[in-house]
Amino acid sequence: MADERIRIKWVHGLDLRKLADGACLRLGQAFAVCAIILLAAIAAGLFFKSLPVLTNARSDAFFSDNWHPSMGEFGIFPFVVGTISTTVVAMFLAAPLCLFAAIYLSEYAGRKVRENAGLLIEVLAGVPSVIFGLWGILFVVPLVRDVIGPWFGTPTSGFSILSAGIVLALMVAPIIVSLSVEVMRGVPKAMREASLGLGATRAQTVWKVILPESRNGLVAAVVLGFSRAIGETMAVMMVVGNVPGYPKGIFDPAYPLTALIANNYGEMMSLPLYDSALMLAALVLLFVVLVFNLIARGVLRSMQGASRGGKNASKAIKIR
Amino acid sequence: MGFAKLADTALMRIGQLCLFLMLLSLLLIVGIVVLRGAPALTAEMITQTPKGGFYLGGGGGVLNAIVGSLCLAFGAVILAMVAALPIAVVLQKEYSRGAEWARIARFALDLLWGIPSIVYGAFGFLLMVWLGWGMSLGAGIVTLALVILPVMVRTMEEVLASIPRSVMEPSFALGATRLETISMAITRQALPALSVACLLAFGRAIGDAASVLFTAGYTDYIPGSLSEPAASLPLAVFFQLGSPGKEVQDRAYASALILLAVVLAITLLARRLGGRFEKSIIR
Repeated sequence: MADERIRIKWVHGLDLRKLADGACLRLGQAFAVCAIILLAAIAAGLFFKSLPVLTNARSDAFFSDNWHPSMGEFGIFPFVVGTISTTVVAMFLAAPLCLFAAIYLSEYAGRKVRENAGLLIEVLAGVPSVIFGLWGILFVVPLVRDVIGPWFGTPTSGFSILSAGIVLALMVAPIIVSLSVEVMRGVPKAMREASLGLGATRAQTVWKVILPESRNGLVAAVVLGFSRAIGETMAVMMVVGNVPGYPKGIFDPAYPLTALIANNYGEMMSLPLYDSALMLAALVLLFVVLVFNLIARGVLRSMQGASRGGKNASKAIKIR
Repeated sequence: MGFAKLADTALMRIGQLCLFLMLLSLLLIVGIVVLRGAPALTAEMITQTPKGGFYLGGGGGVLNAIVGSLCLAFGAVILAMVAALPIAVVLQKEYSRGAEWARIARFALDLLWGIPSIVYGAFGFLLMVWLGWGMSLGAGIVTLALVILPVMVRTMEEVLASIPRSVMEPSFALGATRLETISMAITRQALPALSVACLLAFGRAIGDAASVLFTAGYTDYIPGSLSEPAASLPLAVFFQLGSPGKEVQDRAYASALILLAVVLAITLLARRLGGRFEKSIIR
């Protein structure tokens, strides 16, 4: 009898608590597994949706440059070129700008400056894409049309790869700068002091000590910026001109993959294979972005054991 | 030596210049939106839905987009939180020390974090078609929740991991289970920081346009239920800017001003709160 009572108490007390603990673990695990499944589902869903256009005999969807949805021709190659050109221009502008800014913030600026600049960079990172686009239309496009274009002797409407590159460069700047600063701050203080103590200037220290030490992390920061730039939609779409075809220079308009998807979602159910072609565009974007992310994270992971810079950077990535 | 000194100063000046350029651009963005938006921002803009001929310069405002955006962002944050908090909890050391599934889940979340929102939009659209939904507030909320889920898990995980062991050990020593420790001892400490994480996710959700373009659609009416389409502020800016006519474009600037004000307020508030709560946490 007494045993029975103890047993019941045990069931109602301790066991329930243990049960709840276990249930919570299972729930969380289930959600975590869902996240894994989600990734697979996105890739699989886009792949199966784009199969019809890939297997379509009428046109080679990947390397053809014939984009005539009404005739069933869906060559997305010019759009791939559009994405690559805007992104590359953006990174040519952003990488030096951000690295110099990061060197200043990390090696020269005092605590106060660094904190205030950090706040402003955070604000910049929070500005919605469509507002960058608005700024692009009101400021960058006229700048390119009236100042930069004539300067190079090229008449341009302003809606061009260069405009998109400038807007994109500013959009990815926050992530590149904040990661780079983290990476450089992660170089051990002793190394910096040893170099300065030998009489090297700060510039020499940056060149000989900080940059070699944090090279991989900086590469990862730029690569992550790259993958962000590839996926940007609204802002790019508003300033790039959206003219299909191969651009001849940076003052020509282009038509990136993201803009293609966003501009045509309305009509995509009206023509056969059209939705499939747009899903192929999304699949290509997904693939490229995943590859870039894998590279960046691989680089950071390999650094993590070796130096503190890598550790700091991967922490910064987690937070942002 | 003269050259070395010169190079040193030059590097500093170049760095300052680059930083200055970025901050100047930020100032330009805010300045242009305020200068162009403020004159067009009337009480009508924020208290009325579009009337007939709105996109040709007729009367009305963007209340539909304001309400739609708030619904979308709130819904997405709540939905994402429901999934993100348990994930963040089980990714803690206490639950998943060295477990293979946790390593894979972290990796998957890292990759999900990098996927552009337009791809989420396309996937959300597939999901919507597959489930037989139309463009609706519900579909938009689900898609947006997917967009903000990875970043939310990451921040929450970071917050929970930053709670010192000395807060948990007494709780374990008293015989509390992991769930009790986390729900009673740790959340006291982490709740402020967790709410900052939600606030930041909210800011991100409200500014995202590419994912709701496919899924929530756009409408001139305030959504009455989850199955009706919903407008959003970024798309309001985009569509109004695309229409010819100066009045309509002026409204786009005003809508942009509203959006920017909301997002800036959220960012700064999160920063303030984050700073304040950090002080009150026991280390």
